Amino acid sequence: MADILLGARDVAIERGYRCLLKGLSLDVERGQLVQLAGANGVGKTSLLRALAGLGRFGVTGHIARPQALLYLGHLPSTKPTLTPVENLRWHPSGRVAEDDQAIVAALAAVSLTGYEETPIHHLSAGQQRRVALARLWLSTEPLWLLDEPFTAIDVLGAALLEARLVEHADQGGAVVFTSHQPNRFGDRLQVLDLTQYAA
Amino acid sequence: MPPDLWQFLWGQMRRQLRVGMSKPGEVLNPLLFFVMVVTLFPIGLGPNPERLALLAPGILWVVALLSNLTVSGRLFAADFEDGSLEQLALASHPLALTALSQVVAHWLLSGVTLTLASPLFAVMLNLPVQAIPVLMASLLLGSFSLSLVGAIGAALTVGIRRGGLLLSLLIIPLYVPILVFGVSAVSEAANVGDPMRWLALLGAFAAGGIVLAPLAIAAGLRISLDS
Repeated sequence: MADILLGARDVAIERGYRCLLKGLSLDVERGQLVQLAGANGVGKTSLLRALAGLGRFGVTGHIARPQALLYLGHLPSTKPTLTPVENLRWHPSGRVAEDDQAIVAALAAVSLTGYEETPIHHLSAGQQRRVALARLWLSTEPLWLLDEPFTAIDVLGAALLEARLVEHADQGGAVVFTSHQPNRFGDRLQVLDLTQYAA
Repeated sequence: MPPDLWQFLWGQMRRQLRVGMSKPGEVLNPLLFFVMVVTLFPIGLGPNPERLALLAPGILWVVALLSNLTVSGRLFAADFEDGSLEQLALASHPLALTALSQVVAHWLLSGVTLTLASPLFAVMLNLPVQAIPVLMASLLLGSFSLSLVGAIGAALTVGIRRGGLLLSLLIIPLYVPILVFGVSAVSEAANVGDPMRWLALLGAFAAGGIVLAPLAIAAGLRISLDS
């Protein structure tokens, strides 16, 4: 039981007057990579937010999650007028230490060397997405919940991200992510098709 | 307070200040609003110095209140729109304290700036010189309370499109005691009375607000994020 990082029992999600999902149970263990799959509107983002502890109105069932987790949604949670270093140093999640060397190394890991002091509104959309993703290289949380992490990044960025997710799982963490991309992880990946829980 | 919490709050405040300073319009707009509206009163009421001096405390305070109202509604909007608010809610630190650090940063950029500029407008409206320090003290204390109250409304309406009218309906009644205390303090000083009891009431309002308002702001933000 100690290896289970996230447990959900009989979760149902309603949005407005519409029931998106019901009867969903899920255990995520250390070392697992779980992809939430399904068509648009099936409730992937709503489920991921509910697993993180956000958007609680309309969510029933029991969800046990660790106190510290990393959630990366559609929104970047970065400020356009701040530099990548400032954005990561003062990240609102409060889990990034003021260690500029680690931040510079994280930016290097997402191929943003040379852009450390450039306000991010001068960067492309893909580069801005990489700034948000650089948090993954600074994270110490065991559980990562990522909403469409492969969106808006190029092939090299996707490969770097893929390697980082596998590394995290290998180090005893777990990753739950939504994606419409084909399986990038082979047998390592557990795909949870939410269509089967559609109400 | 644990050192990591203090470091986090200090970091969030620096983040807000840095973002505010990088958009000078956000700092200057309330000040510009103040200048424009205060300038209209001598034109509308006529250039009679005695009449302006009589009305100056009320004019200055009402315009300061409206100036605060124009910026308070957007206090959490940018953080809501870029996802920062979600991250703040998931942080292991209390959302109430984080919200307080945001309000303090907002106050430093708007209320304190307005307070520092207020003597100029006081002279423009012929407010007696002995009332100017009291005007500044009342605005310093009062603008902090206005920011706290405004933040409660902003937290409750941040997820609502065009929530400006609702925000006004929610917070203007709560602004009224601050307005009464502030105007009374400046009027007393202008009439060579004792403004201390009114300043004490403003201080008490700010002290109560600093304890209670962050809890209401955090609850409002969670409701907005959860719905």
